[in-house]
Amino acid sequence: MSGCSDDNNTDSFLNPTRRQLLAFGLAGAAAAWMGPVLGWVPGAEAAGPPAKPTGQAIVGLSQEPTVFNPLMLHIEVDEAVYFNLFSGLWRVDPKGNFTPDLASEIPSLENGGISADGLTWRIKLRDGIKWHDGTPFTAEDVKFNIELINNPNFRAGRRAGHELVKDIKVVSPTELTWRMEKAYAPYQAILSWTFFVPKHILEKEADPNTSSFNNKPIGTGPFKWVERVPGDHITLAANTTYHGGGPYLERLVIKYIPDMTVLYTQFRTGDIDYIGLQGISPDHYDEAKGLAQRDVMPVPQPFIENIAFNLGLPVFQDRAVREALYYGMDKQSIIEAIYYGLPKESEAFLPAQSWAFNPDLPKHSYDPAKARKILDDAGWVVGSGGVREKNGVRLEFVNSTTAGNHVREQAQQLLQQNWMEIGAKMSISNLPAAVMWGEYWMMSKFETAMVGIGFMIGPDPDATDFFASRSIGAQGGAGQNTTQYASKDVDTLLQEGAATVDQDKRKTVYQKMQTVTRHDLPYLPIFQYAMVSGTKAGLAGFTPNVNVQENCWNANTWYWAN
Amino acid sequence: MARFIFGRVVQSLILLCLVSMIGFAVLHLAPGGPLAQFALVPGMSQADIARIAAQMGLDRPLPIQYWEWFTRLLLGDWGNSYRDSQPVLSVIGSRLGATLQLMVTATLIAIVLGVWIGVMGAIRRYSVFDYLGTIGAMIALSIPTFWFGLVMIYIFSVKLGWLPSGNRSTVGDGSFFDYAYHLIAPSIVLALVEVAVWSRYMRSSMLDVINQDFIRTARAKGLPERVVLFHHTMRNALLPMITLAGLELPVLLSGALVTETVFTWPGMGRLFLDSLGYRDYPVVMGILMFSAVLVLVGNLLADCFCAIADPRIRLD
Repeated sequence: MSGCSDDNNTDSFLNPTRRQLLAFGLAGAAAAWMGPVLGWVPGAEAAGPPAKPTGQAIVGLSQEPTVFNPLMLHIEVDEAVYFNLFSGLWRVDPKGNFTPDLASEIPSLENGGISADGLTWRIKLRDGIKWHDGTPFTAEDVKFNIELINNPNFRAGRRAGHELVKDIKVVSPTELTWRMEKAYAPYQAILSWTFFVPKHILEKEADPNTSSFNNKPIGTGPFKWVERVPGDHITLAANTTYHGGGPYLERLVIKYIPDMTVLYTQFRTGDIDYIGLQGISPDHYDEAKGLAQRDVMPVPQPFIENIAFNLGLPVFQDRAVREALYYGMDKQSIIEAIYYGLPKESEAFLPAQSWAFNPDLPKHSYDPAKARKILDDAGWVVGSGGVREKNGVRLEFVNSTTAGNHVREQAQQLLQQNWMEIGAKMSISNLPAAVMWGEYWMMSKFETAMVGIGFMIGPDPDATDFFASRSIGAQGGAGQNTTQYASKDVDTLLQEGAATVDQDKRKTVYQKMQTVTRHDLPYLPIFQYAMVSGTKAGLAGFTPNVNVQENCWNANTWYWAN
Repeated sequence: MARFIFGRVVQSLILLCLVSMIGFAVLHLAPGGPLAQFALVPGMSQADIARIAAQMGLDRPLPIQYWEWFTRLLLGDWGNSYRDSQPVLSVIGSRLGATLQLMVTATLIAIVLGVWIGVMGAIRRYSVFDYLGTIGAMIALSIPTFWFGLVMIYIFSVKLGWLPSGNRSTVGDGSFFDYAYHLIAPSIVLALVEVAVWSRYMRSSMLDVINQDFIRTARAKGLPERVVLFHHTMRNALLPMITLAGLELPVLLSGALVTETVFTWPGMGRLFLDSLGYRDYPVVMGILMFSAVLVLVGNLLADCFCAIADPRIRLD
């Protein structure tokens, strides 16, 4: 994980005279990549970004961003605002490489930023960065942020990684060092989605949780806060002293449209310029492709759709049952008939775009005969009602997911038929989201669940939270290992992977781990999600990024080409 | 009347306490909670969620949580939203304008049209107009608002391009014309059902009065039909409408769940839906108490106005 990519954009942020060049580079790369998909004429991009911020873009989202202190507990949609209002030490690009943002370089073994044992870190910051109110950004701000996250009175969202940071020393306004309690490689990825808040404002607050900052945030990002009309929209305006590329838009409006059908309609009528988050629902994809003056394309997402087993139940402790159910699952039909062929089949818990992805896992095939044979061989004999049983345990279980998700309900019904054919009886009991993903899921009270999970920490493949035996909530663990999966091999591999700094060595570790989970099948992987994103024709610079949670991550490079 | 009002206020306060207790209990006892949605957020662990639950005080016994909420409420502190950490009253306040604008427009259309259709239907009972009015009201009452809203958008925004496909205003515009333009479709959709209700009430109320002895007397003494209708009949027929208007007050301010969602209108109805989905307890409780107060005030006002308008009614 040396981080530094050899892209020409790595250091060009440093040199303001090269900004134009950078923007051309990014826009050109985007056009070259998406051109064939969208039918863009490369010549149309020749105009390039405007010399000063012009025009506005309206981002339509089906959830409302409401938390504007990026360190506080928040959901994915809030990050759409963070990327534009705030900066982190570095960002992650679509290929998974880190590019410096507030930092002037990515700390690595090679440049001495991280010591060989992974315990000592030295961060060098870019000079001359200012908060939106004009106050200079310094190393003191970085120190304050990490300390705030660890402040017991502060409602911080994620603390993983940050809690290992000790002895933060500010060497100069542009340099600081710290010591890690233990080597933890994913921390670099965690820092890529840690956005910094200003010390000079928050240190004065008695209670950082209810600070007025929360509704009038100040950052170092490409756009400044203008206003929020609750339940409706947020307006941001160009920060003309931004330290990176752009911004080329004068205003960025983030609009909340709660209903997916209405969201799509407003995209059709041109009321919004970009449809984000879950994007266009699959059933509108065909129609959307034919719209004039709209660019519509499927974009991979880092989430994997799974059937999760509760391995605490006797019926699922037998690996033969899990394997047979996998053979008995008509994956192709789920993808083609129910999801309109949009997502891609998956065998791993990592998205195919991850550097740690293992492409050589055994391929799934739909083979009910083989499934029946596996169950026969394992001693599961067909009993009353065509349901198999063994030692008094019937192959019968409940499957649950969020109620009201019609697409998933169809997939459940298909699986119900698939599995009845091999003598496994599945019944469906769906619950409202707030119930389903509460204790029922976290404390392993479900039997099987249909669930889409992003197993990674940002772009980092560390999945300790989901697979380590010490992460089982139902057994007193602190993670989200809700399948109650316990494997000594996986535990060892996860520990090794997190403590190793070298990316090539880590890759071997995580690939091995994918082989183990593919064999053990605590989850049956179905597919990797793809969302359909849509932009109004002429919006240049839009680049989907599988490593971030919202594709308006680079709105600073967006501009209107026509 | 003063004694009557005082008695009603005391009654109402007791009722409000009960409403708050039941509301609080039901809300908190419903499975799930404000932290469930964070379970699937990448990078959030069970430890993070347990820590935050403790920080927010969600792990304490329910009666203690209620007592704390209630005593604060008595001191005027309605708590802070879990979603955007703003005070509940300012969260509610930020939505009232949008809701009032939509509801007042829709209600005005409904009352004017509804009263007119009702009166005309009653005067020309069993005429073509009356039958059309009756059938129209039945249809309007049975059309799902959600569907009708989407049809309006499909025809007038997507196909014809005459009206905006939702939203309260164009971002960055905000002129009076812009607001009015955006108001057309949602207020028509919302008024549709209301027109039906008002016209039915008005029609039957008119018919009640029109067959009474004093109307016959008025006609017998040779008053012109216009005076009989508008002076004698309608004045009396409008009395029950005061009660109806009183019941309308909470509806006016608590918004329309469905219409606001279809037309992306940032009003109270949407706030309630969003807050409920998020299990934003302080805001849901705030809206509950706010609506309860409005229902009680609406009824009280209706009773008082009835007494003022109709000397036959005595409140003590």
